[in-house]
Amino acid sequence: MTAALALGDDALVLSHRLGEWAGHAPALEEEVALANIALDLLGQARVLLSLAGDEDELAFLREERAFRNLQLVEQPNGDFAHTIARQLYFSVYQQLLHTELAAGDGPFAPLAAKAVKEVAYHRDHAEQWTLRLGDGTETSRERMQQACDALWRFTGEMFQPVEGLDADWPSLEARWLEYIGDVLGRATLTVPEGPRTGAWSAGAGREGVHTESFGRMLAEMQHLHRSHPGAAW
Amino acid sequence: MATAAAQRTARTEADGAPDTVDTTAYQHAFDAAVAADERIEPRDWMPDAYRATLVRQIAQHAHSEIIGMQPEANWITRAPSLRRKAILMAKVQDEAGHGLYLYSAAETLGTSRDELLDKLHSGRQKYSSIFNYPTLTWADVGAIGWLVDGAAITNQVPLCRCSYGPYARAMVRICKEESFHQRQGYELLLALSKGTPAQHAMAQDAVDRWWWPSLMMFGPPDDESQHSAQSMEWKIKRHSNDELRQRFVDICVPQAESLGLTLPDPDLRWNEERGHYDFGPIDWSEFREVLKGNGPCNEQRITQRRRAHDEGAWVREAAAAYAAKHTGSAGETGATRA
Repeated sequence: MTAALALGDDALVLSHRLGEWAGHAPALEEEVALANIALDLLGQARVLLSLAGDEDELAFLREERAFRNLQLVEQPNGDFAHTIARQLYFSVYQQLLHTELAAGDGPFAPLAAKAVKEVAYHRDHAEQWTLRLGDGTETSRERMQQACDALWRFTGEMFQPVEGLDADWPSLEARWLEYIGDVLGRATLTVPEGPRTGAWSAGAGREGVHTESFGRMLAEMQHLHRSHPGAAW
Repeated sequence: MATAAAQRTARTEADGAPDTVDTTAYQHAFDAAVAADERIEPRDWMPDAYRATLVRQIAQHAHSEIIGMQPEANWITRAPSLRRKAILMAKVQDEAGHGLYLYSAAETLGTSRDELLDKLHSGRQKYSSIFNYPTLTWADVGAIGWLVDGAAITNQVPLCRCSYGPYARAMVRICKEESFHQRQGYELLLALSKGTPAQHAMAQDAVDRWWWPSLMMFGPPDDESQHSAQSMEWKIKRHSNDELRQRFVDICVPQAESLGLTLPDPDLRWNEERGHYDFGPIDWSEFREVLKGNGPCNEQRITQRRRAHDEGAWVREAAAAYAAKHTGSAGETGATRA
């Protein structure tokens, strides 16, 4: 179940990153919103990982090289703009992909049908904040542009075909680019110009090749579970 | 929202200004409403001291929800199973939501969330002393759910009948969710207690550390409580600190037994004559130290709170600037689902 792992790991890892925001958000409403999105993603991860095996064994007992998530979702939170840019890039991708999966008759159709409703809300949240930060103050525009630029090189990986997922990847990518271009334009931001993939990023996460912060993230996430082998929680 | 509340307050104060209107009639109407267990609502006249007491209490309560996110959020990234992680995330999210309800309730009294947060950040308003203790192990998450939320519920259920309507209604919603958290905390401890010897020891250690601070949550003894008598007269409070503390102990002892855990009090025993559990003396010097700011985490909690606020300033400013440019629904901040 490569596909279940790939999608499940994406949701698990991004959920974990969003969970790091708890108690640090810029406003109370964002404490609620970020936790809410994190919970939705964790719910998706649990369903997907359960399709592939035991959810806790997969989450807590695999090592870094066995994780199949995109490098994008493991990127550290950075400031609020980085978190929003990461969320925008990913949730637009998720919405397009799940809409397509939900319309098909593959094994992920029922899950995608449920996820697409949640993801539409995540995308809306990220989009609204992209507009506010991009078209807010001078400072917020600079930060948002910087975040969009910094994460740009991780976006190509999303459209590498995933084994077991029946999707029209080139078409997804074209629609993603169009949508992101539109949002950034409305946010008075410039679409980044750098490469969207590189020798080390095209499909690397899906192959278990991650970035340096990921191992540290896993160490924190897995430490307690691994300290008590075989225990039930 | 705050502006509207402030205007209403100003109008009420103008109505009731001593040099224009005799407030005696208002005072009588207020007293009669309280005596008849009727609800005081935002637009009703109320004594200044009643208003001030409520602002202080509701703000402290709201601040406690917000600061109280920290000790639990400390374990979100380390939760040992995905189910537990989801439960904890949902709980911390609920607490942020409770903070929102309570700030809204406080705003009906003519203050604003910004003003209250500023008072929290500058130390002019307090939050519950319990959140100045550190969460050192995963079992602390269970101990907080069982004991801290349990004490909060014991304290807050009577507030559902508080004389001030907006506060009472907020408490009804909050208590429902708190009860759920409390059960989850108990269930977390039960899983540990029945687990491996190491897990059982972890649970016992957490209960040992959280028991006495939880008893302190009910506030100082009745003979030392500054606001109790007046609050009870106004029917803001319905029971004294010691009465609620006793009620809590009576509930916890059998629960500890069914958990298979002990409570760290050699003097704890059933008193047939009183029909209650007797319990040992509380170390009020520790309580006073924590209140003074010398608890284990006071500095850390408020520093993190201030930092989140300060580092988020540019985000809030951006939202305001955007809203000013684009008047209409797009200017609303905080996309939260109902």
